Amino acid sequence: MTDTDKNAAWEPRIVAFLCNWCSYAGADSAGVGRMQYPASVRVIRVPCAGRINPFFILSAFRRGADGVLVSGCHPGDCHYISGNLGARRKFALLGRLLGHLGLEEGRLHFTWVSASEGVRFAEVIETVTAKVRELGPARRSAGGGR
Amino acid sequence: MNGAGLSSRIAETAARLLSEGRAEVVIGFEQGSIPMRATPCLITDSADAGRLIWNAFCSNNLAKYLVPGRKSAIVAKGCDSRAIVELVKERRLKREDVVVIGVPCRGMADPSAIAKRFPGICVSSVDETDGMLTLHGGPEPVSVPVSEVLHASCRLCAAKNPVICDIPLGDPVVENDPGFPDVEAFAALPADERCARVEAEMSKCLRCYACRSACPLCTCESCFADSSQPQWVARGTHPEDVLAFHVMRAMHLAGRCVECGACARACPTGVDLSIFNRRLAADVAELFGSRAGLDENAPQPLAAYSMDDSQDFILDPGRNSE
Repeated sequence: MTDTDKNAAWEPRIVAFLCNWCSYAGADSAGVGRMQYPASVRVIRVPCAGRINPFFILSAFRRGADGVLVSGCHPGDCHYISGNLGARRKFALLGRLLGHLGLEEGRLHFTWVSASEGVRFAEVIETVTAKVRELGPARRSAGGGR
Repeated sequence: MNGAGLSSRIAETAARLLSEGRAEVVIGFEQGSIPMRATPCLITDSADAGRLIWNAFCSNNLAKYLVPGRKSAIVAKGCDSRAIVELVKERRLKREDVVVIGVPCRGMADPSAIAKRFPGICVSSVDETDGMLTLHGGPEPVSVPVSEVLHASCRLCAAKNPVICDIPLGDPVVENDPGFPDVEAFAALPADERCARVEAEMSKCLRCYACRSACPLCTCESCFADSSQPQWVARGTHPEDVLAFHVMRAMHLAGRCVECGACARACPTGVDLSIFNRRLAADVAELFGSRAGLDENAPQPLAAYSMDDSQDFILDPGRNSE
């Protein structure tokens, strides 16, 4: 089996942290609308984007995720008024820091998806999957994941 | 003013504050047990104030020794004062409980840089006059300007004079914020090289937590690294645990780290933690226009938000996906 064959057989594993009020409902609405999108995501529902500890993202990568997606309500729409705005500052710093330390651009994504945006949710998953597929399997650090 | 003059003025000030009852304790430096070291000391009796010194080796961040609720006076250079500003903002301290004895600082000398510069010499004593160090212990005394053997963090200092001050001592020095050349240089390396550098730095870490103990802003009563339920990071030196510990510690310090370099100086194996903390400081400055400890009235950047914060990094298919 050549490397190209291996990569063709390989499906990216993407962990998606979705906020309960907008993005998770957006994913639901994509499902109800029977939209097609790659089956590469493992969804983890969180109460709010503000609930996401940067450690969740690190843990996902450590435990074998090839990509991580974080999605919350659009600014101004947060169920808790400002959870996503506080999170936005945190995510901006975390994304830049991990890139600085050598994480490839395209493994970690942040976005907003509202409850009615099933189409957008499908597009986001398509885009993220395509980017991660391009990068190939995530590099495991010395000692491997667990 | 040279170190000796400042030492005696610090000692006089400390004795006065203690005898007048304005402070229960004065936090300063005394001569360390080996040359080229000054060690933090807590003076509670005005008769002991003569132990206090000031020289080019007073590098620790003394804000670490401030205890809430105890009337304290503290000898503070720029970085110590920045830490006090942040601690007051976080309500770890009350401003009125602290008497800041402000001392301008041209940067502290790094004993390991001196050892590297004069490899043959085992220094037995040091004289300091006007920014020049004279080292004894070799066949002949040798001289070096402090400015050539500074700690890495001192070379990049953004606040040499105390930001807040109740009793100013010494003449203010000229500020010269060099920005973030170190961050830019590291960011310019290819990703593989950055990865390799980070891995090499992390492989030195013993998980002794000296960085955490020396950091004036590591003030949590219980640290995520010690938590077993949930266990955020396993103990031990598995590379992934080490990296996770340092990334999380840096994130906890984002917008709070005063860039004093105490963590790196305390590290027994010389892990370069500035890779993490300086990058975050540079991003906080760029994205949120804020620099820890420089403005008493600015909110901490991660305790605040704005509708207008930059969101270039937000994926928006149909607009920035291709």
